[in-house]
Amino acid sequence: MNFQRVLALTKKEMKKTIRELAVLFMIFLFPIVFVFAFGASFGGFGGSQTATYHVGVVNLDSASNHQWSQVFTNNLSNMSILTISIYTNNQTAQSDLSQGKIQAVILIPASFSDSITSYNSAPNQPNQWVNTTVPLYLDKGSLIATQAVPPIIGQVLTTITNQNQQFLQSPIQLQTASLVSVKQSSSLDFIAPGMFTFASIFLIMMVAQSFTQDRENGMMKRIRISPTTPSEFMASQVVSYMGIALIQAALVFAMTYAMGFKPAVGIPAYAFAFILVLVFSVSNVGFGLITASVAKSSSAATGLSFLFVLPQLFLGTFVGASLSGAAQMAGKFVPSYYVTDALTSVFLRGAPLGSPTILLDLAVVSVSCVAILVVGIVLYAKYYKI
Amino acid sequence: MNESAITIENLTKKFEDKTAVEDLSLKVFKGELFGLLGPNGAGKTTTISILCGLIKPTSGSAKIFDYDIQKETQKVKEQIGVCIQETAIYPYLTGIENLELFGKLYGMNKKTIKERSNMLLTNMALKEDAKRVTAKYSGGMKRRLSLALALIHDPQIAFLDEPTIAMDPQSRHAVWDFIKEQKTKGKAIILTTHYMEEAEELCDRIGIIDRGRLIALGTPKELIAKNQVKNLEEVFIQLTGRNMREEL
Repeated sequence: MNFQRVLALTKKEMKKTIRELAVLFMIFLFPIVFVFAFGASFGGFGGSQTATYHVGVVNLDSASNHQWSQVFTNNLSNMSILTISIYTNNQTAQSDLSQGKIQAVILIPASFSDSITSYNSAPNQPNQWVNTTVPLYLDKGSLIATQAVPPIIGQVLTTITNQNQQFLQSPIQLQTASLVSVKQSSSLDFIAPGMFTFASIFLIMMVAQSFTQDRENGMMKRIRISPTTPSEFMASQVVSYMGIALIQAALVFAMTYAMGFKPAVGIPAYAFAFILVLVFSVSNVGFGLITASVAKSSSAATGLSFLFVLPQLFLGTFVGASLSGAAQMAGKFVPSYYVTDALTSVFLRGAPLGSPTILLDLAVVSVSCVAILVVGIVLYAKYYKI
Repeated sequence: MNESAITIENLTKKFEDKTAVEDLSLKVFKGELFGLLGPNGAGKTTTISILCGLIKPTSGSAKIFDYDIQKETQKVKEQIGVCIQETAIYPYLTGIENLELFGKLYGMNKKTIKERSNMLLTNMALKEDAKRVTAKYSGGMKRRLSLALALIHDPQIAFLDEPTIAMDPQSRHAVWDFIKEQKTKGKAIILTTHYMEEAEELCDRIGIIDRGRLIALGTPKELIAKNQVKNLEEVFIQLTGRNMREEL
């Protein structure tokens, strides 16, 4: 492979992106404008409600018979809106929470039964109570869970102490905690990971247009007459569009950051996000090539590209959260779903980069994107020479 | 001028039920400017497309110097320059950037690209517009740049497919002078054109192709004398008829 050729064609593609106003708008300005408009006006995810919340319980109660913690757990299990999983240690529960497998973790403290017992012994003498706190860890990647779960748990606690906590004191306080910084999440926090994914989806259209235009105006023929090999040409295209995707992701991140999206994660998490977007852009080049293989003209390519753009957009990015169960299931067949899922786990749930969910998402994205690119190249080479 | 640059033997190309080129045999020599003439759809462009590796022949063979066009495609591509019919230039690049890009694709170094670009831009009267994006060029300027792109790597063989179409008379004569100059440097040039006076002015030998078959071959003077007419245009009409043809 001659890298001078790859570099020359890559530079050419970059100049095209900067100099052609329509391309510049679609690739850079459109995502930024969209992020701004969506982030500024999006007020929630509509009426779609999760039927049940999956909550993990870690019982650290030191009382010999676990009397009250058992009552509390049973009461939680009796709530039809909750599905309870019992964990033997906090670490496993936190790991599942960070990967989105459960939506909350309740940590029953060692002094839980002692606290209830002390309260029952002297309900009107707070100075004799054993005060304790029940930490509640919430899935920061779920807007609904953060809003719905705390009141439900609070209600169950109230039934144990048999008090209305709004008016009377209680020895047990429910304390919401988070894996990341404890802060009130905004709607933007929940849609930002999808925005990273969203930005590069429109590369499908740009790739399809670029290939069909070059075919129409004879440029593809001129390239084929030169000593440039098909692999050099394709490498230049992939590198160019990965570079564009990287710039898009940086712009979208800057935009969302300026609007208040400030996840408490380290540099490795950001690096991971950019790498994931880069890998994802490969699938968009593939979808673009598939479109260009079918489309006879650049205008047809523009229309046909939406066959890939819309499913990726609606089933795989932030919009997917408000779709029906069937649509969300269908989302699992588009690469963008796994990109958004991984970014949500990293940015909002604070999942470690080495956790099974993240690694699975990365694997699915990598394999599917390379497969889509290969299909795109094979199809394009079949119908039109490269 | 007797060293063969292009050797075509029994070349045939069929598209489904239509034969575009049929049993074509031909030699073009170094330093020769060969005119390939014929009505629309006669098979000229198909022949050039086969010679530069864009399409495969159905049967027969062809060599560029000693390189087989099907087996040594990469070597063939390094020897040839092709000015295709379409005005294929990147509209968002400047004239000089288009030349630099294709110079790099042909593996040239920066110094040589600069020298060749300057020479070609001067000869094609594009020097003053070299730094303008080509989207703003006139049709004639684009054609001239297209020709310059074909020759950026100083190829030993040039295929010029209607290079002067849409050019004004001044530009056309400037291009003619440049093509003649290339011939004096020992380059082999195959020219297709619909301008008979262009063929008569430039070409050492002419092959007239019709319905994929070579129907006449010789110098312009030989063809005129043999057909007992006044000029090449009359030779062409006499041999190919007056009826309009469909493009292949």
